[in-house]
Amino acid sequence: MADYSETEKRLRDAAARRVLVLDGAMGTMIQGLKLTEADFRGERFKDWPSDLKGNNDLLNLTQGEHIKSFHLEYLRAGADIVESNTFSSTSIAQADYGMEALAYELNREGARLAREACDEVTAETPDRPRFVAGAIGPTNRSASISPDVNNPGFRNVTFDDLVAAYGEAASGLIDGGADLILYETIFDTLNAKAGVMALENVFAEKGVRLPVMISGTITDLSGRTLSGQTPTAFWYSLRHSHPLTIGLNCALGAKEMRGHIDEISRIADTLTCAYPNAGLPNEFGEYDESPEAMAAQLGEFAEAGLVNIVGGCCGTTPDHIRAIAKAVEGAAPRVLPTATPKLRLSGLEAFEVAS
Amino acid sequence: MTKPTATFVNIGERTNVTGSARFRKLITAGDYDTALEVARDQVENGAQVLDVNMDEGLLDSEAAMVTFLNLMAAEPDIARVPVMIDSSKWSVIEAGLKCVQGKSIVNSISMKEGEGPFREQATKVRNYGAAVVVMAFDEEGQADTFKRKTEICARAYRILTEEVGIEPSDIIFDPNIFAVATGIEEHNNYGVDFIEAVRWIRQNLPGAHISGGVSNLSFSFRGNESVRAAMHSVFLYHAIQAGMDMGIVNAGALPVYDDIDPELRELAEDVVLNRREDSTERLLEVAERYKGGASARKEVDLAWREWPVNERLSHAMVKGITDFIIEDTEEARAAADKTLDVIEGPLMSGMNVVGDLFGSGKMFLPQVVKSARVMKQAVAYLLPYMEEEKRISGSEESNLAGRILLATVKGDVHDIGKNIVGVVLQCNNYEVIDLGVMVPAAKILETAREKKVDIIGLSGLITPSLDEMCHVAAEMEREGFEVPLMIGGATTSRVHTAVKITQNYERGQTVHVLDASRAVGVAGSLLGATRGDYMAGIRDEYRKVAEGHARGQADKKRVSIIKARENRHAIDWPAFTPTAPSFLGPRPFDDYPIAELVPYIDWTPFFSAWEIKGTYPLLLDDPKVGEAARSLFNDAQAMLTKLVEENWLTARGVVGFWPANADGDDIVVYADETRTTERARLHTLRQQIARSSNRRKHVALADFVAPVGSDRADYIGGFAVTAGIGEEAIAERFSRANDDYSKILSQALADRLAEAFAERMHERVRKELWAYAPDENLTPAELIGEGYDGIRPAPGYPAQPDHTEKQTLFDLLDAEAATGIRLTESFAMWPASSVSGVYFANPESYYFGVGHIEQDQVEDYARRKGWSMAEAERWLAPILNYQPGRRDAAE
Repeated sequence: MADYSETEKRLRDAAARRVLVLDGAMGTMIQGLKLTEADFRGERFKDWPSDLKGNNDLLNLTQGEHIKSFHLEYLRAGADIVESNTFSSTSIAQADYGMEALAYELNREGARLAREACDEVTAETPDRPRFVAGAIGPTNRSASISPDVNNPGFRNVTFDDLVAAYGEAASGLIDGGADLILYETIFDTLNAKAGVMALENVFAEKGVRLPVMISGTITDLSGRTLSGQTPTAFWYSLRHSHPLTIGLNCALGAKEMRGHIDEISRIADTLTCAYPNAGLPNEFGEYDESPEAMAAQLGEFAEAGLVNIVGGCCGTTPDHIRAIAKAVEGAAPRVLPTATPKLRLSGLEAFEVAS
Repeated sequence: MTKPTATFVNIGERTNVTGSARFRKLITAGDYDTALEVARDQVENGAQVLDVNMDEGLLDSEAAMVTFLNLMAAEPDIARVPVMIDSSKWSVIEAGLKCVQGKSIVNSISMKEGEGPFREQATKVRNYGAAVVVMAFDEEGQADTFKRKTEICARAYRILTEEVGIEPSDIIFDPNIFAVATGIEEHNNYGVDFIEAVRWIRQNLPGAHISGGVSNLSFSFRGNESVRAAMHSVFLYHAIQAGMDMGIVNAGALPVYDDIDPELRELAEDVVLNRREDSTERLLEVAERYKGGASARKEVDLAWREWPVNERLSHAMVKGITDFIIEDTEEARAAADKTLDVIEGPLMSGMNVVGDLFGSGKMFLPQVVKSARVMKQAVAYLLPYMEEEKRISGSEESNLAGRILLATVKGDVHDIGKNIVGVVLQCNNYEVIDLGVMVPAAKILETAREKKVDIIGLSGLITPSLDEMCHVAAEMEREGFEVPLMIGGATTSRVHTAVKITQNYERGQTVHVLDASRAVGVAGSLLGATRGDYMAGIRDEYRKVAEGHARGQADKKRVSIIKARENRHAIDWPAFTPTAPSFLGPRPFDDYPIAELVPYIDWTPFFSAWEIKGTYPLLLDDPKVGEAARSLFNDAQAMLTKLVEENWLTARGVVGFWPANADGDDIVVYADETRTTERARLHTLRQQIARSSNRRKHVALADFVAPVGSDRADYIGGFAVTAGIGEEAIAERFSRANDDYSKILSQALADRLAEAFAERMHERVRKELWAYAPDENLTPAELIGEGYDGIRPAPGYPAQPDHTEKQTLFDLLDAEAATGIRLTESFAMWPASSVSGVYFANPESYYFGVGHIEQDQVEDYARRKGWSMAEAERWLAPILNYQPGRRDAAE
């Protein structure tokens, strides 16, 4: 698949010269604002029947300036790519607030805010283009795990439901000006496969093709996704999406993630991306790894040639990103391995047939 | 992290309903727990990929695929390995793809319907992220020669890699392994063609993989496992060297190439590689010496005529050859002490072989029925001698396995299935008393008592027969019967038997029999030494089924009829102008030429009546049933020729059209174009199934007709056709000649001709009589695929499950006078080979199933029909989504 889109060419060119930097957590920044229920609601949703505090993505509509300012902070800290504030903006996730109907708008506005921030900063330093990653979370439902232990064959969401929800989100992100789509925190690979299918549909509909970043989550020290796959099996399941990057985020700190990103790095014939949490949660449930400590480890990832893009997930701040950007500056980017042709299959584990 | 990398992948078939009888039984019985154990065993025993196939006619294959894959996903020790999603139906494959998080293999797609559908399916495979098996199959059929195999694979490869964007290493070609050494010269090179095609694909289509079903190769040596295993081993040795890297192989039974006896290896290699002209004969000569199994090898000549008479009789029995049966029987009788010894000796032992082969799936129903014909004719010849001996000795000897009464219940006329069951039971030494069709309960019970039968078997095809069976069961209870009751026929089911019939007959055991092949096993268990345990098991099973059903009922959500109507299939009437038919009222077609109907025969149901599963014409080449299917097909063609030439049957039909408009869920049929006088009213039923979205409509047939007040002058049509006039006399004639095979064959053909008549009439209606599609130009095969505008649903079938509507249709058509078809009290048509239905011309009309309906619609329907609630619930019993009893309790 050598027919890359313009955006993908620019990103791959940049990634061939240096290790790129993704932004840090949005949730941490929003928490710092200590917003009230009334702040979340704004004028438009003042009479909404359910509580809205905690619906961080809604701030794209009610507190857009704050969101944009966070994007600016991350960009000025050294991020090349910022994620739109749209992790929970699918109709499935928004159902918790009765806001399914707003899904498209949340995504479009989320992308637009990040777009504006990027354009401002790119205008300041035109030699260094910045990119908007339209972020799509995994939703709060799983296509391959039953929520009812007594009924293992049951599913509370279908592949088709997910295709529809992801397609709507992606459509909003593209219309809002996203440069690429990022599926992140993937705990169930089948959900992500529905995401890939949704993008094929949306791209065909709009006559465009955006680069795709895929980021899974190794839930705990078992070394598997929540749905049970090893990192290699996960990669084989999603290789058909020809993503710009494959990688991991969330759940683990850099230390615990290293072995798994190493496994992916050895086999993936595309860019890799890692954005761990700021350590494992402490006894108060907070992520408290310092910018310096985290940056040192991600710097080592880069030195060891494991990654092409790094960033931060839960608990990370502009200070973390600044330290990380500094730590990877000048490091040689990871060189992509060539994949020998073979039939790559997977269940929870990988299986290959030599070609 | 180590990843297993294979050079040859063996795909097991044990989670494949077409490959494993055990798995099929578990899945059809809904025993998914045990089915999962089968999968687990496979993985524990080293399966690298799990092949899952749910292609079984009686299954909802999509649902079974989804259920099984979802359950597998919850078992980490099974879900460890990749899945091969195996189906001949794309819809089943796609349903499966939506359930697997891993990267699986789709098995299979091909260009048999052309490049368009192939490209479409391949694109979806790519987007779902799966590898794919591509069969060497195109519009002209399965590739057999090297040239065809390589041409098709090259074309597919180019489309997949250059147009669709599938990686070459995700493509697995199956270039078709066919049987060699069949005695047909063109087949001799099939092994070489495959191996050379493998080599060519490896060299010219880089990256692609190659797979195949190896057991087909040695099909002509079935029964001789050692020769087959040697052929497989030799074949794989060469095919793997050429580049084959995947296959369906019974690996445990396969000897290592070097361990095969050198003589056998060389002979097998001669055959597989087609190295000598006489290689087949040479392998046949030694085959017997290496034979491990019990069954005889394929005969190529009449050498068996030289054998001793007893062996000749057994052979004739197994092969179904009647040519010499009288002379051989006479020879055996003359040599025997007692005539009975001939029956109990060679005839029974031949029949036992047939029973064993059938039981183990090595013989198929048509062959068994042919064997039975041999037996019957021999016994008929011997009967006078036995009577004479009995008279002299005065002794009454009998070693019958049991006496079974069979009957198609009152109101029903269909008996092909019942006749087959009768034959199969007779083959297994049961005496069968067949009371025929439309048999009232009193007659069944009276005969059962008089003849002291051991089992009563009831059959029926149409839904009202289910009610009649409950009635017979209740009568058995009332009159103090205790013998087991067997239930069979197309609309019967284990669930219905467990939930509705069993409770009426507590003194004895009721058992559902899924098809003819199970009848002997069930009868044997019901009368055998361990019958107590068997019946206790059945009782327990049915109790669970009934409980499960009751639980399931509670889950089946339905929407109210008001809601359903709001979500009707709304046609844009202002944009549609109905076509006026070329005439109004009924028009009879007397003595319709049968020859004109022959090309319209849909053969697939013909084979399924004989329990040969698969699609015509593919099943003729099926490695498993192909031989039996071809032989049956030849016999059918021969009889069909005679039937046409000698005018065995008369076909009569009637077609009518009327001005009509929909009134709610009813269709008003007007007396004439003024549309002022209501001539009749057809009632339709509406779907009430709960759906997650309203994109799919809650449809009723009335939606396809322009409503009253829409300003559109719409029409409907109706028809009744039969090809069964004379059918009964012919069946009777064959019966008297002890030829059940020809009897059932003639019935099955009459049945097909009636369907063909309906198909042909519908075509004439579309193009000429109603003429709403005068330019339509479809081949008979396309007609069977229903690729035209408009539908012809029959009352009593899924789109309108109420059989009583047939009366309205018959009155409109004056059908009985025009065609001689009569309706029974259950609204079955007599003769049985008849079809009727209502024509809808609207291009948006389509076939659907009403499914289960709620009490609100039943109340509304009863009001519209002028029925009491009890009447409505009786006629709609099979589709009620509630227990009618509960309503009484609530009132």
